[in-house]
Amino acid sequence: MSEVKYSKEHEWIKLEGDVATIGITKHATEMLGDIVFAELPEKGSNVEKDGTAGVVESTKAASDVYTPVSGEVVDTNQEIVDDPSKINQDPENSAWFFKLKIKDKSEMDSLMNKDDYDKFAKENNT
Amino acid sequence: MDTKKTSLYQLHQDCNAKFVEFAGYQMPIQYSEGIVEEHKFTRNHSGIFDVSHMGQLFIYGGDELIRDLEKIFPLDLKNLKLNHSKYSFLMDKDAGIQDDLIITKIDEGFLIILNAACKDNDFKILEELLNEKYKMVLDENRSLIAIQGPKSSQILNDVVDGVKDLNFMSGNWFVFENQKVYITRSGYTGEDGFEISVPNNFADKLTRELIDKGSKLVGLGARDTLRLEAGLCLYGHDLDKNKTPVEANLKWAISKERISKGDFIGSDIIIKQLNDGVTKIRVGIKPEGRIIAREKTKIFNQSDVHIGEITSGTFGPSVNGPVAMGYVENEFSKKNTKVFLEVRGKKYAANICSLPFYKKSYVKGAN
Repeated sequence: MSEVKYSKEHEWIKLEGDVATIGITKHATEMLGDIVFAELPEKGSNVEKDGTAGVVESTKAASDVYTPVSGEVVDTNQEIVDDPSKINQDPENSAWFFKLKIKDKSEMDSLMNKDDYDKFAKENNT
Repeated sequence: MDTKKTSLYQLHQDCNAKFVEFAGYQMPIQYSEGIVEEHKFTRNHSGIFDVSHMGQLFIYGGDELIRDLEKIFPLDLKNLKLNHSKYSFLMDKDAGIQDDLIITKIDEGFLIILNAACKDNDFKILEELLNEKYKMVLDENRSLIAIQGPKSSQILNDVVDGVKDLNFMSGNWFVFENQKVYITRSGYTGEDGFEISVPNNFADKLTRELIDKGSKLVGLGARDTLRLEAGLCLYGHDLDKNKTPVEANLKWAISKERISKGDFIGSDIIIKQLNDGVTKIRVGIKPEGRIIAREKTKIFNQSDVHIGEITSGTFGPSVNGPVAMGYVENEFSKKNTKVFLEVRGKKYAANICSLPFYKKSYVKGAN
């Protein structure tokens, strides 16, 4: 069974085998407002845990997207680059950002489960 | 210092506004529908903007005041008809822009609408320049409400009868709930619209009636995307003390008659720049892809030489793409010149373009 975990930077990560799908949470999209630009990491590149792996911009400002785990980028979601408003519409499902072949599954251990994240998001509602 | 609240603060809260501090005021940046929807609603229907933080400066006086103000503003004020408005600037002696403003001739003198962040300083400058000869009131008892968009004329006319007959850039006194309100046909969105100076105690009631008739509150976020698509400058970003009206490509706002005499503050520099040209000038800039180049983004030419900087940049919801304005060296200011914008360390292609990005004709008036 796949498991979804969450980071303090408001990314979600779903692990299936050794491939993780990563996106930003609904809470993050509500904080950002209308998303009008998305930039994703390059396929084949390697990203490091907590490093920058993309950018989203609202009409107001730009925000970095971080990766909660390390790995090689095996796929990116071109649909959200072509129509960034899809991120606001379906952030935790079809509007995923990138897929990683992860290096070290133990990096998942420090991330939050849904209940803990919901609590964290409520307390950090800024 | 405590942040100030406008008379519509309760209404903003009732409409789920997200607030930001702006020029010392708690102002709504957006409401629940968000900037893109608010922007489009203004373009297609009608949006209401609380701009009560802006300064409403009344200066009272007759012919002598007109002569004195002509020493300050590059306008032909003696030929400005009653209830007609002009866009202008308060310049320093080097023609640096200290504020941009709208000045309207009213019965007893002039009404000048000033930027919120500049209004107190403007008041001091003008008081000094006018030697305290005239009664000047920076009126805190009146709110300023803008209503913009194609349905605004009908909506406002249902609430304040007669406004639909106003011509663009002119105004008049009207009556709402037995109160005198001064309304001009003007705005900051590129749409037909009005700006209403109303006593604070009646601002909430007026705005709620406009909402009942089908208009919606729109925040400062959409106000910024609307004005940028319309190619209009924002003081403190596109205009400041280090830029002159000629550099800002606003020479259309300087009276030709006044230039020939050259007897206003900053006229030496203005005349010199009009004759000899300028080294930098404000232009529209359209990135080729979806990349958004924001304020302070560096602009390069095709040989990778730094030639200027973005002063405003965002995503334009009606253009459905990024839009920007900035200053470039004059030789790169021609339409369709290819430039490069440095965003997060990478260079992205863009083209110099004419302004506005989004054009709709202003209503000249019903008559």
